[in-house]
Amino acid sequence: MAVLRTLLYLLVYPGILFLFFYSTFCEWFDRKVYARLQNRMGPTHTGRHGLLQPIADFVKLMAKEDIVPEAADKRLFALLPVFGLAIVSTAGLLLPVWNFDLATPGMTSFPGDIIVILYLLSLPTLILFLAAWSSTNLFSTIGGSRVLTMLFGYEVPLFLSVLSPAILADSWRLAEIAAFYQKKPLLILPNLLGFVIAVISVQAKLERTPFDIPHAETEIVGGTFTEYSGKKLGLFRLMMDIELVVASALLATVFLGGFPGGVFVGFAHLLVKTLFVIFLLALIRALTSRIRIDQVLTLAWKYLAPLAVLQLLVVILLKGFLK
Amino acid sequence: MKFQIPIGPQHPALKEPISLRMTVEGEVIRDADIRLGYNHRGVEKLAEEKNWVQNIYLTERICGICSHSHSTCYVQGVEKLMEITPPRRGLYLRYLVSELERVHSHLLWLGVAGHEAGFDSFFMYTWRDREIVMDLLEMISGNRVHYAMNCLGGVRRDIDEAQKAKILEGVATLRKRSEYYFRIGASEPSFVARIAGVGLLSKELAVKLCAVGPTARASSITRDVRKEDPCAVYDELDFAVGTADSCDVLGRVVVRVQELLESYKLIEQMIHKLPDGDIAVKAPRKAKAGEVVSRYEAPRGENLHYIKSNGTDKPERLKVRAPTLANYPATVEMLRNGFIADIPLIFAAIDPCICCAERTVTLVNFRSGEETIVPLSDLRRQAAERRTNAPAKRNAVWPF
Repeated sequence: MAVLRTLLYLLVYPGILFLFFYSTFCEWFDRKVYARLQNRMGPTHTGRHGLLQPIADFVKLMAKEDIVPEAADKRLFALLPVFGLAIVSTAGLLLPVWNFDLATPGMTSFPGDIIVILYLLSLPTLILFLAAWSSTNLFSTIGGSRVLTMLFGYEVPLFLSVLSPAILADSWRLAEIAAFYQKKPLLILPNLLGFVIAVISVQAKLERTPFDIPHAETEIVGGTFTEYSGKKLGLFRLMMDIELVVASALLATVFLGGFPGGVFVGFAHLLVKTLFVIFLLALIRALTSRIRIDQVLTLAWKYLAPLAVLQLLVVILLKGFLK
Repeated sequence: MKFQIPIGPQHPALKEPISLRMTVEGEVIRDADIRLGYNHRGVEKLAEEKNWVQNIYLTERICGICSHSHSTCYVQGVEKLMEITPPRRGLYLRYLVSELERVHSHLLWLGVAGHEAGFDSFFMYTWRDREIVMDLLEMISGNRVHYAMNCLGGVRRDIDEAQKAKILEGVATLRKRSEYYFRIGASEPSFVARIAGVGLLSKELAVKLCAVGPTARASSITRDVRKEDPCAVYDELDFAVGTADSCDVLGRVVVRVQELLESYKLIEQMIHKLPDGDIAVKAPRKAKAGEVVSRYEAPRGENLHYIKSNGTDKPERLKVRAPTLANYPATVEMLRNGFIADIPLIFAAIDPCICCAERTVTLVNFRSGEETIVPLSDLRRQAAERRTNAPAKRNAVWPF
């Protein structure tokens, strides 16, 4: 039974199958919202309403010619997409989707899992940097240095803002944090500022407009991905999609009260809440223009980080007041 | 660490091949070097082989965006040489198409500027509305890109009342939309943060480097051929020259949107004032010997055609100075000490039309890296020499 449960966890829900199909659906949703906001149709041809388009793109990339540059570190170059995919899928396993009863927690729920999931979500950035560096292309190198520079900007505000609801809930475990806010939904409101900061930081982490600086196509061609093609590019794109799902589900857990109510209702909660976060991300993507790398750091350290500290302060004071 | 990054000849920011070699230090550009010659077509030489009428359609094909600008500039000059004056109605229709073309070019540019800054929503919206003016142009001329409206002595097609009404309707819609884009382009925080203070070109420098068009007008130089040298119909119409004093890319956006609004005004006036009568007079087959310089305010700036006639039915020389060429020296100055992220924006801000501005070819010796600039005349001489000095071609010999 335990083996079956582990297999279910790893392979089906919230393992690789769920992550694959749900992330492609989320990419479709993101593309569709983005397109409608731009007065376009978005994907329409493949599948009903173009639902299968991301999967078709993935299959197409898998079948494409795979070129590795002569000067690249070939082993590292080939391994990085797989590592990246493994890391974000592991992060997906930590989502508290089976924890309906705190007395019998899921097997991947443990005190401190919020730290682990944040850590696992930071790693793809390093993977991208290594990928850029190992492809030795000039544009990739610039992209890689931009990836790292941006990391110094958004990582601190993201951590601070995600940790403030945890402090209010007095727990480092995702399932417990979610349960706390399910019990007291009104306490979600004081964390609203943190939610906004976290959404902006996640946008930066996922390198989407206005933070698509590391692969700004009009400046540095493909940036980090310039030399990647075929299967490896496909895996990287899947990695970014899964990261989108995991990051938005993390925000949904921490800020929006998680996924309560049994298998089916919980699943519905997951869908609605992650799609809501992704909708916000798509909105930001459509409404802004790409900013410069120095402007990202200014934004992060002048506005986001102080506001995140303010959020922490509010939460700490509120906690004292509630006691 | 200084290194050189190659922007072009193939690069996503460029719609046409040109090579910008940027010497950068980290993210800061220290030096810029513009290399031309990837799109050289020998249009000027070809013009000498074709007669006056055929050349209208050749000059139209110098550029795909300002096609009407080049052909009008050419036709103005040839009409001066032939000493013919087109009828009023013909002139009004000619410059009506000019203004519609300006609208289409500026809307296109706004979209490109948005795209270069990563603001794709802006790009999608402006290009959607550009379709309105494209449809109007198609309705008037039958074509979307090469309108083929001009002929020596007037225009080729007339418009009727229903078409007039449609143009007015389209312009009214476009005016409303353009005002909205003006609000977005000049106030959307992330977009303005990208374009304000970027690509500075002081007024003195703009004068010294002979910048033209919106690039110069954004550095508060009030220069517009339509005002300075009001040819044909422009002295009868009421319009203002849009300028900005911020000297940066934001200024160039503002100037172009102002020009859009002025163009709508001009189009409406032209439609209301459109005189009756013929649209063209018959032109002679040959032009009198002589030379003429024709100026025309293209959407990108002052377009200049020098035409020399020797009394035959073909020009002896046609020289085209497209506005993009005049703006290249200023572009190098604007790029210096900017960020890598600003390259596409600054370069796009002059609205470059690369194929308009190709006149010479730079040959680089592959082994020594030595570079020589070869003007067309030299290239032609070299080719002729090679032909005369070449060893006689052997006829193919049957091997058995």
